[in-house]
Amino acid sequence: MSVLERLRAGLRRTAAQLVDRIDGLDAGRRADGGGPAVDTLDDLEGILLEADIGVAATARLLEVARGQTAASDLRTVVKTELLRLLELSGPAPASDAHPRVVLVVGVNGTGKTTTVGRLARLLALSGERAVICAADTFRAAAVEQLEVWARRVDADFVRARPGSDPAAVVFDAITAGKARGRDVVLVDTAGRLHTRANLMDELDKIRRVAGRAVAGAPHETLLVLDATVGQNGLAQARAFLEVAGVTGIVLTKLDGTAKGGIAVAISAELGVPIRYVGVGEQLDDLVPFSPAEYVDALFEPVW
Amino acid sequence: MFASLSDRLQAVFASVRRETRLTPESVETALREIRLALLEADVNFKVVKAFIDRVRDRAVDRAVLDSLTPTQQVVVIVRDELLALLGDGQPGLSASKQRPQVVLLLGLQGAGKTTTTVKLARWLGANGRHPLVVSTDVRRPAAIEQLGVLAGDAGVRVHDPDRDTAVVARAEGAVQMAKSFGFDVVLVDTAGRLHVDDDLMGELDALKAAVEPSDLLYVADAMTGQDAIKSAGEFNRRVGISGVVLTKMDGDARGGAALSVVSVVGVPVSFIGDGERLEDLQPFHPERLVSRLLGMGDVLSLVEKAEQVVSPEEATRLERKIRGNDFTLQDMRDQLKTVMRMGPLDRLAEMIPGMSQMSGQMSTQVDPKALSQTMAIIDSMTRRERAHYQVIDGSRRRRIALGSGTTVQDVNRLLKQFMEMRRMLRAVGGASRSRTKKGGRRRSMSAGRRFPVR
Repeated sequence: MSVLERLRAGLRRTAAQLVDRIDGLDAGRRADGGGPAVDTLDDLEGILLEADIGVAATARLLEVARGQTAASDLRTVVKTELLRLLELSGPAPASDAHPRVVLVVGVNGTGKTTTVGRLARLLALSGERAVICAADTFRAAAVEQLEVWARRVDADFVRARPGSDPAAVVFDAITAGKARGRDVVLVDTAGRLHTRANLMDELDKIRRVAGRAVAGAPHETLLVLDATVGQNGLAQARAFLEVAGVTGIVLTKLDGTAKGGIAVAISAELGVPIRYVGVGEQLDDLVPFSPAEYVDALFEPVW
Repeated sequence: MFASLSDRLQAVFASVRRETRLTPESVETALREIRLALLEADVNFKVVKAFIDRVRDRAVDRAVLDSLTPTQQVVVIVRDELLALLGDGQPGLSASKQRPQVVLLLGLQGAGKTTTTVKLARWLGANGRHPLVVSTDVRRPAAIEQLGVLAGDAGVRVHDPDRDTAVVARAEGAVQMAKSFGFDVVLVDTAGRLHVDDDLMGELDALKAAVEPSDLLYVADAMTGQDAIKSAGEFNRRVGISGVVLTKMDGDARGGAALSVVSVVGVPVSFIGDGERLEDLQPFHPERLVSRLLGMGDVLSLVEKAEQVVSPEEATRLERKIRGNDFTLQDMRDQLKTVMRMGPLDRLAEMIPGMSQMSGQMSTQVDPKALSQTMAIIDSMTRRERAHYQVIDGSRRRRIALGSGTTVQDVNRLLKQFMEMRRMLRAVGGASRSRTKKGGRRRSMSAGRRFPVR
């Protein structure tokens, strides 16, 4: 299966609902042809809110839809605007550092550990070798879980003892990566609620220590967001952006019925791009994100 | 938790209160704000719509608008309707006679099932039950180890068969073990799964048929958005759920998912998890949550928290001391320690009526670091100094400052606070004795009235 096909398969449930419903709305047009009927707009608002796109972004989309005349169909209008919102965010940071340090952060239970394993796999497919660093010294058996992933994807593994200082193991991992000439060091951090100041400070320390081990590190900081997350996702992104300098989003668990619409709001409001999406339970089910494909997949009527 | 929704709702009501008379138009303005507040709290948009309609029907009524306290009436209506939304389900586990009682924990990946399993076992143990836990998560790497380690930390027994034991056999084995060894409740942790995954939902059916649980708890992340009702609804349709455990309530998630799941899926919230410590799980009380949402405080939870950390003997001893006017620096230290054991200060503040409006300023003033500094200063005093603060002279103050890594000014400030505290305590509690001695007149009652309780 190609990347696009997998993305589509993962998004199928999301899309089927969104498209069918927006198409259904087109029937309800104002009799004078001056634009969508009030009921239609109300329904569109419901659809967008239900996709977790959020109150503010929904208001913007509705504003655009309201200004349309009868000639253009509602779907194209919404699609174009969604794409525009997604493309407001900047490109991924480029770095020729060696090794490149990628920090993976997020609140508890979004899928950080699984994402690290899959990222290593994705890198291996493009010929890059990774060191996986287990810096989650808090959650019970988190290190063991990651070790299984490292074995599966045949990556180097640097672990810490439970309860030890995560920044120290990050330093060790980068040192090991340099010594072995690896391309990337993937750092799995402990899940932390963005409201816990002391845990967020720990991230800051990890960043400083990483920066001492190799210039410019971390070169990329990925925030892992669960697609089921609601408006709180924006608060999470804001806090992690401020403390950890997040450069990209990984949207996981898109294979359920959740649409991850909050990522659109994050992209538009904070300018943080979505970099990868998780679309299934298999090892290969993490794919690079492209706004055009995402929106296309959302709106393609026939699969 | 819920602070942001409560802030917004309070702002709405504050603006409504400024108006002397309510008109249908001003009610409409308030309703629009409430609608936004609820939507941003992730309450399902259909639930919001129905909620707003009901409140409007009741609020735009001549009897309400013409009453002397129209805004109060609207607050009461919103409160009633929020309560109605949260339902009147029993918090905690069902009162099943089944022995061993079997509890199945299920839900999506990453909701917090494994942690909740151990938290719940600890809670049951603290309430006189004998829990046994078992993991049936053979899918996620190291999930079984995670349960084992957490259970070890909590002092909870685990049924841990061979790694290649099948899912259903693991649960059945635990029930057998419970029967033989006298555990009266078995908690079965399951693998996280998507509600659209047919095979894995079938596995839950098989588990349910094999161990016949009295409680099927759906574990849900408080940060979940609009999808909450879909997944919970599907779990309920396929397997049946008896209650919801809302996790990660210690963040700033507004928890609208709770309101939605209860009203759409029709199952009550049984427990909430509000911290990373294994003690951070409480039975859910809708009326307390609503009071907190509307900034009315939550005195009941505060009293319960205090009861958990203060023994009756300790309380009686302290009362005697206050009455006898011999509250010492040592007592102050014990009190601070008790307060610190009750949990983060800002969360305690949320529970005090009227405090939530102030707690924004509070949190900057009372920071936990200041508390530990105070503790350090008292810890650097001798026993004699703690019992008789009068002996602490300039040279002792220098020594104490040096010992606690603070300055003489810090020590002075603390002593001043302490004397202020003593003065207040004398006025409140110890008045009867001291006044009688000095003035020969019993004035305890009037002294008490100097601090009217509102």
